[in-house]
Amino acid sequence: MNAYTGTADEHLDHDHGDHHGPAPGYLRWVTTTNHKDIGTLYLWFSLLMFFIGGAMALIIRAELFQPGLQIVDPHFFNQMTTMHALVMIFGVVMPAFVGLANWMLPMMVGAPDMALPRMNNWSFWILPFAFALMLATLFMEGGGPAAGWTLYPPLSLQGGDSLPFVIFSIHMLGASSIMGAINIIATIMNLRAPGMTYMKMPLFVWTWFITAYLLIAVMPVLAGAVTMLLTDAFFGTSFFNAAGGGDPVMFQHIFWFFGHPEVYILILPAFGLVSEIIPTFSRKPLFGYTSMVYATSSIAFLSFIVWAHHMFTVGMPLVGELFFMFTTMLIAVPTGVKVFNWVSTMWRGAMTFETPMLFALGFVVMFTIGGFSGLMLAMTPIDFQYHDTYFVVAHFHYVLVPGAVFGIIAGVYYWLPKWTGHHYNETLGKWHFWLSTVFVNLLFFPMHFVGLAGMPRRIPDYAVQFADFNAIATLGAFGFGFAQILLLVAVVQSILGGAKATGQVWDGTEITGGLEWTLSSPPPYHSFSPQPVVK
Amino acid sequence: MKTPRARRNIFALFLIPALMFGFGYLMVPIYDIFCEITGLNGKTGRVELVEVKRMRPDESRLVTVEFMANLGRDAPIDFGPAQASMQVHPGKAYQTVYRARNTRAAALVSQAVPSVSPSRASTYFNKTECFCFTQQEFTAHESRDLPVRFVIHPDLPDDIDTVTLAYTFFEVAGGDPTPDLQHGGGHGAKQPKSHARLVQVNAGPARANH
Ligand SMILES: [Cu+2]
Repeated sequence: MNAYTGTADEHLDHDHGDHHGPAPGYLRWVTTTNHKDIGTLYLWFSLLMFFIGGAMALIIRAELFQPGLQIVDPHFFNQMTTMHALVMIFGVVMPAFVGLANWMLPMMVGAPDMALPRMNNWSFWILPFAFALMLATLFMEGGGPAAGWTLYPPLSLQGGDSLPFVIFSIHMLGASSIMGAINIIATIMNLRAPGMTYMKMPLFVWTWFITAYLLIAVMPVLAGAVTMLLTDAFFGTSFFNAAGGGDPVMFQHIFWFFGHPEVYILILPAFGLVSEIIPTFSRKPLFGYTSMVYATSSIAFLSFIVWAHHMFTVGMPLVGELFFMFTTMLIAVPTGVKVFNWVSTMWRGAMTFETPMLFALGFVVMFTIGGFSGLMLAMTPIDFQYHDTYFVVAHFHYVLVPGAVFGIIAGVYYWLPKWTGHHYNETLGKWHFWLSTVFVNLLFFPMHFVGLAGMPRRIPDYAVQFADFNAIATLGAFGFGFAQILLLVAVVQSILGGAKATGQVWDGTEITGGLEWTLSSPPPYHSFSPQPVVK
Repeated sequence: MKTPRARRNIFALFLIPALMFGFGYLMVPIYDIFCEITGLNGKTGRVELVEVKRMRPDESRLVTVEFMANLGRDAPIDFGPAQASMQVHPGKAYQTVYRARNTRAAALVSQAVPSVSPSRASTYFNKTECFCFTQQEFTAHESRDLPVRFVIHPDLPDDIDTVTLAYTFFEVAGGDPTPDLQHGGGHGAKQPKSHARLVQVNAGPARANH
């Protein structure tokens, strides 16, 4: 998404006065170790996967448009729900955040590049292979994985031949994100500009710093869990096989020990993005910077001791249920601090509503809706009713779509002029926001109602009384899906041309500051050599 | 970047995921120990006869013990308790039998996995003798009575008046009866751990014969 796409002569048009720019030819994208190039690759990959995962979601919603079985057979439906989740989590949200980090972190901390550029290249180029492997299982005999993205045994061990391929691709994805995370931590710890103390770092840097630690702590646990599945299936171990003295419930414990921190991996960088954007368009510094840092840290800490709230119904002693219920509810406190700070930042600010701000505001409102339904699910007795219903689906889609995805889109619009040197089409951006917002609520809000009424998730058919709400949700899904084409159009337009952007891009950045705005738009291929000094 | 401090940092950063991978595996024994201590997951206790002799029977109290039987996926066994339930006094030893018949014309090695509910009762449900302590071998079409001797500890909480003991019988060796469900040939060689981890299971189409 930067201006350095394409051929060498195009690249001559805007000479950035640097002694060595990108290498000519397309091979450059394969061999590059430049943080901007790799960020661009991550973001394009994420967008591609967004449309693939979105197409799977539309297949699911098309089948659920009416009760009964119309379009796909149940086995394929199960493959779609499983793959949709795997693609969206590991192929869209995580790579998008890593892409944004690659592009922006070195510029925000005043570094010339990422700390480990060669490993950076590796961690990106593993991804396409991992997903080729995973998506290829859909075309195999017996189809792709169909036991849900959580891969619970014994069901996940009873599928077709896809299991080893999926597990190996999860290993690759894990290696990719661990390398990406180590790179981010190393950059932040070692390459900050002189004077850039930890408590002066922008919040996007802070949230990513914490997220990266979560990644290196829990991705290996997932790798371990799926390796146990693999050895149970092929090498005669009995970790989850009761016949050999194992326990399938233990998988759930190990999986969710990874899984809950994972949901914060999917949201903390979005918190950072919103904390960058809201001050800029409120023309006020962020309210409560220090409390934001501590709130993020405490969310990260708490995320390690709440995992069993995903499995209240497996049979747990009362003490365990109370413990996991209260720790889960405790997370609402630091999260509430964050929402309070965002609102206070806007309070009496000179607000304008450009597209990034609209998406950030949409994030604050709709993420909070998802937070509230999460609080409801945290209560053990209530969870017994809601468990595995569409209420859960509504909850995590609210925090992930108008939450994480809106945060990413906000970040893309916010920094797009910085990357390309051109402003995007503001009218188009506004249309994108409003269509997305209307349709995303049509899509997910009715799921609360059908969930409360007892519609189970992951089933291709449903009782007729759920028909109307499901029809509405499907309309919302198609509207939301096609509205995302506007994002692609806005990005391509901005790469090709448009109003020239200044270095500071938004006038609000004068007040909020930030090293990335001291560079030209687009920034030089190698930013900050020598490093700036922060006062 | 190239400073020794930075090198140390990066080395330490690679160490964290390596250790956490190990931690994932460490959760397996931790889970076991946790269940053993707390009696969670329906793990039952095992006591020696001497200890039973020291318990004082509580003749004033009657507890109902129900017996259940489940089968692991496609285990070729007819399996069920001889009696569906019993009234027992805490602190007194009792014996009952389960009946099992190998329905296949080939030898069978199987392992029974017990589970007690409510799980709060499991640490008070002690067995002195049980066919679940070892693997059971059956010749073709053999039927056999499998004895269980148990005693309920007198400290069983007052509000528990019914305890259910369930066994799930699994085939552990002797051919591979479910080739479509097992990928590769690992199943035949599968050996249970010497101390079978006792678990609550619902693997496969379980059925109870009373
Ligand atoms: Cu959770």
